[in-house]
Amino acid sequence: MSDLTLESQPRVGPGFRLQWEPVQDCHVLLYPEGMVKLNGSAGEIMKRCDGERTVAAIVDDLEKAFSAQGLEPDVLAFVEMAAKQRWLAWD
Amino acid sequence: MATPGPPLWLLAELTYRCPLHCVFCFNPVDFAKQEDELSTDDWFRVLRQGRELGAVQCGLSGGEPLVRDDLELIVAEAHRLGYYTNLLTSGVGLTEDRAEALKAAGLDHVQLSFQDSTKEMNDFLSHTKTFALKSRVAGMIKSQGWPMVMNVVIHRLNIDHIDRIIAMAEEMGAEYLELANTQYYSWAFLNRDLLLPTHEQLRHAEEVTDAWRAKLGDKMRIFFVAPDYHEGKPKRCVNGWGSMFLTVAPDGTALPCHTAKMLPGLSFPSVKEHSLREIWFESEGFNRYRGTGWMKEPCVSCDQREVDLGGCRCQAYLLAQDPAAADPVCVKSPHHALVVEAVERAGTLAKKPVTEHPLVFRDPANSRRLSV
Repeated sequence: MSDLTLESQPRVGPGFRLQWEPVQDCHVLLYPEGMVKLNGSAGEIMKRCDGERTVAAIVDDLEKAFSAQGLEPDVLAFVEMAAKQRWLAWD
Repeated sequence: MATPGPPLWLLAELTYRCPLHCVFCFNPVDFAKQEDELSTDDWFRVLRQGRELGAVQCGLSGGEPLVRDDLELIVAEAHRLGYYTNLLTSGVGLTEDRAEALKAAGLDHVQLSFQDSTKEMNDFLSHTKTFALKSRVAGMIKSQGWPMVMNVVIHRLNIDHIDRIIAMAEEMGAEYLELANTQYYSWAFLNRDLLLPTHEQLRHAEEVTDAWRAKLGDKMRIFFVAPDYHEGKPKRCVNGWGSMFLTVAPDGTALPCHTAKMLPGLSFPSVKEHSLREIWFESEGFNRYRGTGWMKEPCVSCDQREVDLGGCRCQAYLLAQDPAAADPVCVKSPHHALVVEAVERAGTLAKKPVTEHPLVFRDPANSRRLSV
């Protein structure tokens, strides 16, 4: 996996499954015999990581969806952290 | 008592049938008398009701779940409903075709166990038949893109080979290796004198494991599940009775943990007669040992009571003949001497040949003999 750039196209890592859980009222990440509950912003980032969209496009989309600006550093930091946990991967 | 959260884990014990005869099996000793199995449609209903309650992890276990020829259908339905699906198997009965069909059905994860008798363990340790089978199955798991998770139950007869065991897991490309010290219930309890390791063996095994961890780093994560008999500290039974786990036995009995059926004076509801919602929130079987309200001394005044929740109810019953007693592995338990004696006896017996106390293998004939 190459270093993270704005052109990287992250997707949910192998062996993980991302879904919305009504009972938990949040997005969760499932993996062998475990579950991580994601907070609101983590869920919003992760659900856009479809292996197609670039990080730049994800930032753009989030800024539009939440009428916000300057999200790039936060998104990059999250994607970096998530890759360390193997939640996200890219080519 | 606060309303319990959802049962996050649904463990479907599909069958007690099994081609293996493991001496440490946690299936009930009288399994041979419980031949009834839920139908495919029963399991579909259970899965649906579990998802409605908020269950996210589905474990498919047994016995050997591969002996059910509707396993692929059950996996497909669990996947469709949104479970993360885990197959817990010995790998016996897994073929390329079935692996492919299970992948297509949406199976997320296979946990491959190394287990069985001393004979199989000898085979395994000497690179013969079992090693060939497990390698083949490990290859199938890898080629289907499943994470490679291996589980080895550890006891006195294999603990000294832990270096070889870890080396083999690495050779097979395992990403996770669980070295699970035997828990002494059911068949393992019958064989306890022969299976309990000594303190020295454990210390050695932990040192070897630590050395491998340092060597392998992130490449393979090794979990060493500590044996509670040696630690003097009880563990939370299934992370708290009725707090996370819901097991459904082959005949449809719903249990807070897979060994709870042994407890006297408590009946457990069947999924044939009740919905999982009623079972989880309203049944006496699930409410009896929830939280801390049922506790007596020394638990009730103990500052660890919210941490360990009094430990394991089955262990309390097996060792102290009282399911509401403190888990005797706890140093504060008035019955703790029984645990200390068992470990000491293991130390003495470890020096004698095994033939003096034959192992009791988990098979239907022994089951019937022991459950009259």
